[in-house]
Amino acid sequence: MVSETDNLLVSLKDVRFAYGEREILRGVNLKVPRGKVVAIMGGSGCGKTTLLRLIGGQLRATAGTVEVAGRNVSSLNTAELYEMRRRMGMLFQFGALFTDMSVFDNVAFPLREHTDLPFGLIRDMVLMKLNAVGLRGAADLMPAELSGGMARRVALARAIALDPMLIMYDEPFAGLDPISLGVIGQLIRKLNDALGATTIMVTHDIMESLQIVDYIYFVSEGGIVAEGTPDELRASKDPWVYQFIHAEPDGPVPFHYPAEALDESLIGGSAA
Amino acid sequence: MRRTTLDLWVGFFVIIGMAALIFLAFKVGNLGASNGGETYVVNGQFDNIGGLKVRAPVKSAGVVVGRVKEIRFDPKTYRAVVSLSLDASYQFPRDTIATILTSGLLGEQYVGLEPGGDEAMLQTGDALQITQSAVVLEKLIGQFMFDKAAEGSAPAN
Amino acid sequence: MNGLLNFIRRLGATAVEGVWRIGFAARFFVLLLRHSGQSLTRIHLTVREIYFSGVLSLLIIMVSGLFVGMVLGLQGYETLQRYGSGDALGVLVSLSLTRELGPVVAGLLFASRAGLAVTAEIGLMKTTEQLDAMDMMAVNPIARVVAPRFWGGVISMPLLAALFSAMGVLGGWLIGVVFIGVDNGAFWSQMQAAVDFRFDIMNGVIKSFVFGATVALIAVFEGYDCTPTAEGLSRAITRTVVTSALAILALDFVLTSLMFRGQS
Repeated sequence: MVSETDNLLVSLKDVRFAYGEREILRGVNLKVPRGKVVAIMGGSGCGKTTLLRLIGGQLRATAGTVEVAGRNVSSLNTAELYEMRRRMGMLFQFGALFTDMSVFDNVAFPLREHTDLPFGLIRDMVLMKLNAVGLRGAADLMPAELSGGMARRVALARAIALDPMLIMYDEPFAGLDPISLGVIGQLIRKLNDALGATTIMVTHDIMESLQIVDYIYFVSEGGIVAEGTPDELRASKDPWVYQFIHAEPDGPVPFHYPAEALDESLIGGSAA
Repeated sequence: MRRTTLDLWVGFFVIIGMAALIFLAFKVGNLGASNGGETYVVNGQFDNIGGLKVRAPVKSAGVVVGRVKEIRFDPKTYRAVVSLSLDASYQFPRDTIATILTSGLLGEQYVGLEPGGDEAMLQTGDALQITQSAVVLEKLIGQFMFDKAAEGSAPAN
Repeated sequence: MNGLLNFIRRLGATAVEGVWRIGFAARFFVLLLRHSGQSLTRIHLTVREIYFSGVLSLLIIMVSGLFVGMVLGLQGYETLQRYGSGDALGVLVSLSLTRELGPVVAGLLFASRAGLAVTAEIGLMKTTEQLDAMDMMAVNPIARVVAPRFWGGVISMPLLAALFSAMGVLGGWLIGVVFIGVDNGAFWSQMQAAVDFRFDIMNGVIKSFVFGATVALIAVFEGYDCTPTAEGLSRAITRTVVTSALAILALDFVLTSLMFRGQS
């Protein structure tokens, strides 16, 4: 299935995607080598999450190919897609824990659904995963009793329950305090290396990302506008990258949503 | 909630739901009564069935012994053919008389059976030889008024 | 003129969307049936939903049934005794309950108690990406979440309707026999003579089964189909209650005319 020489786990070629008339992605090329942590960055609403869903097969590209482990995702049928997803873990933006189950049951969920392991073994595996994120003591709590950072870590334990080859994170840092943020950042890096997995992370937190990732893609206006290792990007003179890294309010990414000129709409408004 | 507690509640729920169904079937409905047992069907021809309906009771000496199964119109004799489904535990002589009666003045109509003296008993498919039609109230009133009018006009002559 | 055109245009758009949704719901129903295997093989998933839609609706169903029966007893006796047939109270109460009120009122209560909860739960799971997360874990949300809730509703509803009718008959008996003083024997014997098991009671059970399946389908569909925002969720919940109520009343008319037409 996968040739040993092929070192790419995920590769997107000329991927286009549109929700109805609204085109989100206009030809994206992206490569994720095995064993690396790759970040996809960009402003809000630029199609980062859509990229993750394309890789996970929840959405199908309008044009172009999405390949994961050498297989074209859009050519898989449902059974093959589910087979592939068993080797993927995904962390959703706010964790998406099952609110009617305890922390323990949440982490045990993929194991129970996909394996026939005896209870004792499942318990040991769940506690090990929870230990890896430092929450073994919280196994009996309900999701409603957790803080945002803890919920994110439980979701992370759940995502790695089946020891996936690919872990995807959708905004893992959104809405976290600086301490939780650092904890999650370190976990992402450590888990990737410990599991021998590959990580794709969608985020707009530049500072944290620069410290932990191997490679960064910048997405804007439906395409990749810049890419490179953290060191390359820090030294970059590209105005787009500069604006993003130094958090300037205006620049290539405009402050204003496209509109007619201000005085025109004001005068036009009073006349009408 | 532990799974055993949950199972217990659901079991309890199913049991009282079933109990309600059984209550409806036997206490409210007629499942415990004659219905559901062995039956045999006999036919009777009537000039006029009045307001008789399918499933109306068939009574003998006031006891329900069966139900009206079907009502047809026979285009050859221009009479109504009523099929009665009778409980197999009640046997009636062949010359039994069937009458369409009304319970109370305005109540529902039912078929009354009056046993004759024949040795042979009715079998499935037999026809009742002697029948009496329903009393139609409009006709009765019409008759009464006509008689009154005739009485009233007689002395004048 | 312009207003009229706009009105017609809106009407057209609404009609197209309505037809589209019905088609979508039909496809969803087929998908649901195809993925129902797990609800049977892992029966505890369905048992759990019977608990939520059935057991938790017990109290409201039983209390409402009792009161409806008591009102029927009171009102029915008032009317019947004018014609000197107070003894037929049992017939009136039991026939109206088993044929119509039991399935219909229990169905309406079921829609607003259990149906609403199912829509809210599935809708919230969608809004918080729990369904997506499940899908990404290679677990089909229709098989794991939707189908057990549907079958739980389908199983619960006939039992609830039977309970409603039984409680109603008891309520009618309480008012008629215990408080007003209708003869106990006449109450039950007239009732048994008039109520036919197959014709009246089984048809009532069939009705409640159809209503249960309808409400359960509407509830899971609206939850699964809701726009994943707070506003979309609240609109989905409202639609569940409104559509269920309309569907129950319309279907009741259709079923009644099929079952009881031209007969006593």
